[in-house]
Amino acid sequence: MSDLRDLYQQVIMDHKKNPRNFREITDANHMAHGNNPLCGDALVVYAKLKDGVIEDVSFQGSGCAISVASASLMTEILKGKTMEEAEKLYDNVHKALTGEAGGGELSGKLEVLAGVKEFPARVKCATLSWHTVHAAMDSDHDISVTTE
Amino acid sequence: MTQTELKAVPFPETDFDIEAIRRDFPILNQEVNGNPLAYLDNAASSQKPVQVIEAVDAYYRLDNANVHRGVHRLSQRATDAYEGARDKVRGFLNAKLDKEIVFVRGATEAINLVAQSFVRPQIKPGDEILISHIEHHANIVPWQMVCEQTGAKLKVIPMTESGELDLSDFDSLLNERTKILAIGHVSNALGTINPIKEMIGQAKAKSIPVLVDGAQAVPHIAVDVQDLDCDFYVFSGHKMFAPTGIGALYGKQALLEAMPPWQGGGDMILSVSFSHTEYNTLPYKFEAGTPHIAGAVGLGAAIDYMQAIGIDKLAAYEHHLLEVATAKLEAIDGIRIIGTAKNKASVLSFMIEDVHPHDVGTIFDQQGVAIRAGHHCAQPVMEFYGIAATARASFAFYNTEQEIDALVNAIKTTQELFA
Repeated sequence: MSDLRDLYQQVIMDHKKNPRNFREITDANHMAHGNNPLCGDALVVYAKLKDGVIEDVSFQGSGCAISVASASLMTEILKGKTMEEAEKLYDNVHKALTGEAGGGELSGKLEVLAGVKEFPARVKCATLSWHTVHAAMDSDHDISVTTE
Repeated sequence: MTQTELKAVPFPETDFDIEAIRRDFPILNQEVNGNPLAYLDNAASSQKPVQVIEAVDAYYRLDNANVHRGVHRLSQRATDAYEGARDKVRGFLNAKLDKEIVFVRGATEAINLVAQSFVRPQIKPGDEILISHIEHHANIVPWQMVCEQTGAKLKVIPMTESGELDLSDFDSLLNERTKILAIGHVSNALGTINPIKEMIGQAKAKSIPVLVDGAQAVPHIAVDVQDLDCDFYVFSGHKMFAPTGIGALYGKQALLEAMPPWQGGGDMILSVSFSHTEYNTLPYKFEAGTPHIAGAVGLGAAIDYMQAIGIDKLAAYEHHLLEVATAKLEAIDGIRIIGTAKNKASVLSFMIEDVHPHDVGTIFDQQGVAIRAGHHCAQPVMEFYGIAATARASFAFYNTEQEIDALVNAIKTTQELFA
């Protein structure tokens, strides 16, 4: 049970129950749809960029506790970051969760996601929103990302 | 927690020795994440008794060689073992002839074979293929492919809220354009047992051929293809205590004879020259390449094992487990059971309020309870209920009431965690 408590700890349950920035940004200039067909998780990420800075970022959709909490945490952290900073964070989260070489420790608010590493079947849940925001930044029109 | 009084459901068989049965399945005796394993994912794949494991082992230790071609002793023994297994499958389905049994990789391959070799050559634009809303993807996609290849149309028998087939318009769905009815015997996602005998009767009255997908049925129901009068019956070995990679297609002799081969290669030919190839007779015409001989041997051993206990006895015990589990889950607040057909095999799909099935699956696993979480390769069924996925517990005859208690405890832990 201790692993479980680690994975579904307070922070994740809090973000699952009260997801932050769970709304549409009507004047977003970047957006992307993320899907995991295997579990049916589906979310939309909206971002408003100005002069290379993320002025606002939000999401909507449905999924498991891990994917919703990860998306919620992500929007909190990315707000106010430059695109370069966001790109670095994306890279770090992706590498840290998939165990790829070069990934640093997840620090600060993102530390809670580190527990997902112990549950390989659930890594895709945690990375879905990050892949989606990455795709949104790269494109100036609505695109779709699929993970499974 | 509603205080529904649970009715004790006594299991009638006194000579059903569950402890002895569990000793036959060595994999069950282990801990997962510090808890005794409760393997409740049998509709995905079943575990194998030592009798099957040892049959495969003995085949490789003593008899292994290629079949149908060697003049040496081992080849003869391998051929005898392989053909012996075919005869066991014939007996298991009560088919008339050994040559009506074609070994395949599994139900999926068998459906593809019938779709491409039986239906595709004779179907025309505007013709129809009839399936149902509760099929799994293996009994949807091969037919969609034929439709794309030929311009035929896929028609779907609708379903009801309880997860049964809505047969009110069945008679008009069976019409002069219908070239095949392809129907699951038992739904993998919901457990519904379809009234296939009546459905086959209606289709046959209009001379419409019928394929029955028995993947979820053969572990639980004694099948008699002559009594059913279906034209094709398909199943996978691994869901009925045999190895993966082996399954069977039953087809009526006259239909199989008239069908062109599906794949070309060794074993399916009599003679080959660059100008002409003479195809082999049944069933070898459909068994190109060296087959999964050890798998067939294991399948034969699984059939022996089930028949030694008695399929009706296994089915009665599993039904008892389903009734106990259903009653216990119904008594828990916040549980929604998906699939409430009157006639069900031992499959229990459910939702825990406000908890995604994948979270359910992870939390259960931490308690040693193995279930399936997902869409069960039956996305149209999920769509019908407006959900993305369910958690599914599915029981085999080696499961116990203690494992149902472990399931109930896992549900309660999940609810506490998400409270």
